[in-house]
Amino acid sequence: MDLSAAPTDMPSRHGAPVYELSHVGKTYARNKVVALEDVSLTLRHGSFSSVIGSSGCGKSTLLKIMAGLIPPSMGRVVLQDRPVRGPRRDIGMMFQQATLFPWRTTVENIVLPIEIRDGRAAAEKAKARAHDLLEVVGLAGFENVYPNELSGGMAQRASICRMLITEPAVLLLDEPFSALDELSRDMMNMELQRICTEKDATAFLVTHSIPEAVILSDDIYVMKPRPGRLAEIVTVDLPRPRTLDMMTTPKFGEIVTYIRSLLDREADL
Amino acid sequence: MTDVNVAPVRDTSEDTVWVEEVSFIDRVPRSVSMIFVFVVFIALWQLTHALALVSPIILPSPGETFGDMLFVGHNLLTGGYMLPALWITILEVIYGFALAIAIGFSLGVLVGETAFGERAIMPYLVAIDTMPKVAFAPLFVAWLGFGIESKVALAAFIATFPIVVGTAAGLHAADENARMLFKTMGASRMQTLIKMKLPAGLPQIFTGLKIGAVGVMAGAITGEFLGGGKGFGELIRVAASQLNTPRVFSLILYLSLVGLALYALVTYAQRRIVFWHKERVGVSEH
Repeated sequence: MDLSAAPTDMPSRHGAPVYELSHVGKTYARNKVVALEDVSLTLRHGSFSSVIGSSGCGKSTLLKIMAGLIPPSMGRVVLQDRPVRGPRRDIGMMFQQATLFPWRTTVENIVLPIEIRDGRAAAEKAKARAHDLLEVVGLAGFENVYPNELSGGMAQRASICRMLITEPAVLLLDEPFSALDELSRDMMNMELQRICTEKDATAFLVTHSIPEAVILSDDIYVMKPRPGRLAEIVTVDLPRPRTLDMMTTPKFGEIVTYIRSLLDREADL
Repeated sequence: MTDVNVAPVRDTSEDTVWVEEVSFIDRVPRSVSMIFVFVVFIALWQLTHALALVSPIILPSPGETFGDMLFVGHNLLTGGYMLPALWITILEVIYGFALAIAIGFSLGVLVGETAFGERAIMPYLVAIDTMPKVAFAPLFVAWLGFGIESKVALAAFIATFPIVVGTAAGLHAADENARMLFKTMGASRMQTLIKMKLPAGLPQIFTGLKIGAVGVMAGAITGEFLGGGKGFGELIRVAASQLNTPRVFSLILYLSLVGLALYALVTYAQRRIVFWHKERVGVSEH
């Protein structure tokens, strides 16, 4: 196992680069705090990457830059050969909270991004696609149910559909299942893997959980705080599709232990 | 499989069935408790009257008051002289409330949505809100005359502020995630306001409307007390000046029915429009 593989040694099963960051930094002008320093990474088509690190390591800053929510202070942020200068429809995002709006039915929530960008008529047409997506996540038949009647896991499934409806080139996942109980969380992670495989999606996950990062990812970016920077890229060469059983294998344990040691070392600083 | 030997337990003991204690109030239908309070109230009233603790001119007996209520009710139902007076007051309330909603909502959006409104306008609104608004009544009479206009103005003036505050607070109700989500979807400011902030704020907006609905009634009657006219407040004033206390009581009661109807209307609209939001405190049963 090559735990310290450089980005150039990425598994060949993945395609062309989709999202490229080079030497990205973020300094908050107000208090001159360096939130992010010299981050370079490449997300290849169909790959699943995670970023892990303690709080304050700049991973949410990184995600916000990648989502086009805040501008970087330096460096290049290029998605599908076009620089990211604001929110874009080829960026899909999912948060810790499902954030479904209670005055809209499930299907109306899912087509909301289309309604915002292309208007009501387009949203109406997109409902057929929303229906297909609901089937993919196992929520068929819940189209006209209001979110109050959905469980936490079901709500997150619906928000996956909302993220996918615009057919984004990259999925940015901000601790999407951390508000769920552990059993649902494991199950949703496996669902996420299945959906990503089915859609051939390129995904980028921010998480606090080492096992979650390992079970889902091809590459794990370990970050260190003060200033936030990339410490190491860990390549996970467990076979796909991953199963929850793999979490008990020695290899899985080895990777988890290795990442934990990286994070512990940083905690001593 | 683990090999655990469990000694068979002889099941000779009793079932652990016991009765959970239910407090008395939970076993009684709501209507019964309400009637109970009403009966106690009337009984205390009657007792006060019977023991002559208070002069009958100041506090009439329940029977007298009830008799007068029948008289006023008859007068209203048969289109007597009180009906036009009541209608004038109802009009003042409706116009006043409509005006308060229009102004209050607009100001609320201005204050809640724009930094300029929040920084430059809100301090003045707070300053005006702390003034005793009833004291403006003479001004409204001087500006708008003794007709219903001055009453509508006072009623709207009192009801506007809770609606402003409710709307402004409502626009801040949406959480950070919802804002971020709308940002990632590339929503314009208008889209964010209409599709997210306003619906998310409807519960607070309706709270403001309810407080306003109570205030608008007080405004209309105060306006009639201080600015004359031909409304129901004038009837109360005349009855009071004649020491006809049973009449005062029964007029207030009919007036409160109008207020209650307005409040019920707002509550009904709230339940229809804000169907996803269940109020924790309210008159509703759920």
